[in-house]
Amino acid sequence: MSLLPFCEWLASTRGSIALHESLYMYPLVESVHVLTLCLFVGMSVILDLRLLGLVFRRVPASEIIDRIIPWMVGGFVVMVITGILLFYAIPIRSYQNIFFRLKLVALVLAGLNAWTFHSGIHRKVDQWASAAVPPKRARIAGATSLALWAVIVVCGRMIAYNWFDCDMPQRPLVKWAAGCVEKPR
Amino acid sequence: MLLPYFQWFETTTIGDWIKNSSWAFAVIESVHLLALAVIGGAVLLVDLRLLGFGLKRQSVSEVAREAWPWLVASLMVMLLTGFALFVSEATKCYYSTPFWVKMTSLALAIVFTFTVRRKVSLADEHDMRPAVLKLVALVSLTLWFGVGAGGRWIGFSG
Repeated sequence: MSLLPFCEWLASTRGSIALHESLYMYPLVESVHVLTLCLFVGMSVILDLRLLGLVFRRVPASEIIDRIIPWMVGGFVVMVITGILLFYAIPIRSYQNIFFRLKLVALVLAGLNAWTFHSGIHRKVDQWASAAVPPKRARIAGATSLALWAVIVVCGRMIAYNWFDCDMPQRPLVKWAAGCVEKPR
Repeated sequence: MLLPYFQWFETTTIGDWIKNSSWAFAVIESVHLLALAVIGGAVLLVDLRLLGFGLKRQSVSEVAREAWPWLVASLMVMLLTGFALFVSEATKCYYSTPFWVKMTSLALAIVFTFTVRRKVSLADEHDMRPAVLKLVALVSLTLWFGVGAGGRWIGFSG
């Protein structure tokens, strides 16, 4: 059931080792991942603030959504590609990292939130597009999105810290959450 | 010449506390990153509009006016958290080329944003040549990119 053997195999591949040990490629990929935050999360923040009625109150919400989403999608693609490469470089430690796991959970929740918004209140956007403050369901979607992306950004940064790593003495709860194995091979 | 001052920063109460706490640096850095997302959005939205992308149906000045308070507020958070991070490792920063690249870009970016860019983006765009608008956006993007890339690279350089 555990994905650990897969991560161990991934870590033994030449590409993973090369990226992990590279002098410039890994920092470069990580820099692109961090700086694309400005594009992807930055644009999401503007959209979410419009859903909360805090910016561009005189601009129809539908206009903001339609104009901003293409840039968000572009940023998201870069985030996913560089994010997968970062995982590929350090598979085992990432897999057994509590913050990495929390980040993935929050990502799924953010996806669900976006899906709920687009399949729900966004369908009726014609009825509320020009409202300075959108209806409650849109505001909830905006606030939820802001909170989840904040969690994702912070967890992403915290992956770098080894506070809860399996090779350090940990409480049973931490060991369970990180998926630590008693005798590492 | 500046080295003694940089070394002194680390001995201050706040510098010493952040340096010796196991979580303070991480927490402050997280806030720094969250504010990065906001300032990134506020800068990009206006610069993209100056280049003719994004919120094309709104005037440049309307986009710039809406983005301005978010830019200023997130810049304040960036400067406060950035200063806190700096005092905890000022000596390392003194010897770090990326740090000096970042500070130079930051000084230029702030001056440019609060003078030329602000004036041009809030003016009636019909009084401006399109090439001027695009040039302002490119200078702004280049300077802020220098700040961001330099900032990230401080962490890689020893």
